[in-house]
Amino acid sequence: MIASLPLPLPFPFELAFMQRALVAGVVVGVFAPLIGTFLVQKRMSLIGDGIGHVAFAGVGAGIIAGVYPVWTALLFAVVGALGIEWLRARRKASGDLALALFFYSGIALGAVLANAKGGLGTSVIGFLFGHALTVDALEVVVILLLGSLVVGLVIALRRVLFAIVTDEDWSGVTGLPVTEMNALLAVLTAVAVVAAMQIVGILLIAALMVLPVATGQLLARSFKGTLRVAVAVGVGSVVVGLTSSRLWGLAPGGAIVLVSALVFLIIALARHTIPRGTLLEMPEP
Amino acid sequence: MALSAAPDTSPSELLVEARGVSYAYASTFVVEDVDLTVRRGEFVALVGPNGSGKSTLLRVLLGALQPMRGSVRLLGQPPDEVVDRWRIGYVPQRPTLAPDVPATVREIVATGRLARRGWWRPLRTADFDAVGHAIDSVGLDDLADQPITELSGGQQQRAFIARAFAGEPELLVLDEPIAGIDAESQRRFRESLVHLIGDHGAGVLLVSHELSAVSDVIDRVVVLKRRVLFDGPPARLVDEGVSLGIHREDLPLWLEGLR
Repeated sequence: MIASLPLPLPFPFELAFMQRALVAGVVVGVFAPLIGTFLVQKRMSLIGDGIGHVAFAGVGAGIIAGVYPVWTALLFAVVGALGIEWLRARRKASGDLALALFFYSGIALGAVLANAKGGLGTSVIGFLFGHALTVDALEVVVILLLGSLVVGLVIALRRVLFAIVTDEDWSGVTGLPVTEMNALLAVLTAVAVVAAMQIVGILLIAALMVLPVATGQLLARSFKGTLRVAVAVGVGSVVVGLTSSRLWGLAPGGAIVLVSALVFLIIALARHTIPRGTLLEMPEP
Repeated sequence: MALSAAPDTSPSELLVEARGVSYAYASTFVVEDVDLTVRRGEFVALVGPNGSGKSTLLRVLLGALQPMRGSVRLLGQPPDEVVDRWRIGYVPQRPTLAPDVPATVREIVATGRLARRGWWRPLRTADFDAVGHAIDSVGLDDLADQPITELSGGQQQRAFIARAFAGEPELLVLDEPIAGIDAESQRRFRESLVHLIGDHGAGVLLVSHELSAVSDVIDRVVVLKRRVLFDGPPARLVDEGVSLGIHREDLPLWLEGLR
């Protein structure tokens, strides 16, 4: 499919580079809010940011070692995510202190490593802020594969993940695998961050994991409804963000995040005229 | 509803068995030399003044704390080795649910079914039926699809009781579940406990200050103040001048006298 681009799509997605951005962006627009909904319930809204900073150290390491930086970023992000979760679960450090530790060590190490190999060039900026309009076919495939992994596992395990992120102590007493699921959620968050970093960038990925969820919580009455609204807002923000990027030459990552922030703002202001749950309500099967 | 994988045990099976259990924070014993049993089909109430060690004892019984002396068997096994923990239903004193969690009553109650079903398996029709029954049994059927955050404190507590019921537990442990809930909710609560014990043969361990709503269905009252001061049928407590049902102040006053 990627090879046969461009497909006959209307403006602004008629060109191959816009179609690659659209495919990769829509995938990101699905999985980032999907996993973000669980992170927000766990009071770990900013973990995506922390993991992103660690992933940046991985990007730096990849540039130094001459390896495809996505793989080294993935390795760093997964190890960092498990480290943050380990600290959180043992309450060795408070959640935000654990994050701060990883945040700043990660971004500092990334800056040192990337700079050691001839300065912070445009490729590094691309990882920090995303380069949706210049993703190549290989990058799109990597995003699709990693994204499918995240979406598949989160959907399959949504009920047990929901139980654990909303009431961890109770879940443990009744025999749900709290430690294992927390570790899995950390790893999937790391995978999501790395998969999304080329589209919205390391510095903005957490926004796409959180802002659509905030809108979902405003509109939906159920967890299922929140998931659906969040994903719809995520995908919509990507499409509108890419379009405005093409039209007005905006930075695509920033435009996508600004759109999702704007959506939240508008919904929050209009909140009293749209009663919660009237837009979509789905009873359990 | 048939209990899947029902363990092959006698009706008098000891679900909880604590022998000579002691626990200390620093060098101060908060629980000392406690014997406590809960059998299948038995309703045991654990009472005691604030700071009498009830919560600590509960945590030891459930395996969250290791006893310093004595031994605990939970479902016939050491508490930290119990594999089939889904057989335990638990209603915490203060649920740790976030105040803005976007979830309906039904979604929260359904989590009570996961451990029993096998958390990796999708829920089936029978599971959703059990969830529906649990919601009905606490009288929340009208509110089942409302966001849990829009319920009153008493209604929320009933939802957490329904969550424990949804797994059709063989041992139900409740930590002060009816503190501050209204009379109608207490009546519903009593009915669903009677149903769980009578129809499912479950054992119940209820920690509470307030036993009047359930006084007529309790088999044994255990009074704890660091040590066990009383363990017997409510009628014998009545002989001590404590009436659990009619004079609602009796028990708190008697407990006060134990200080």
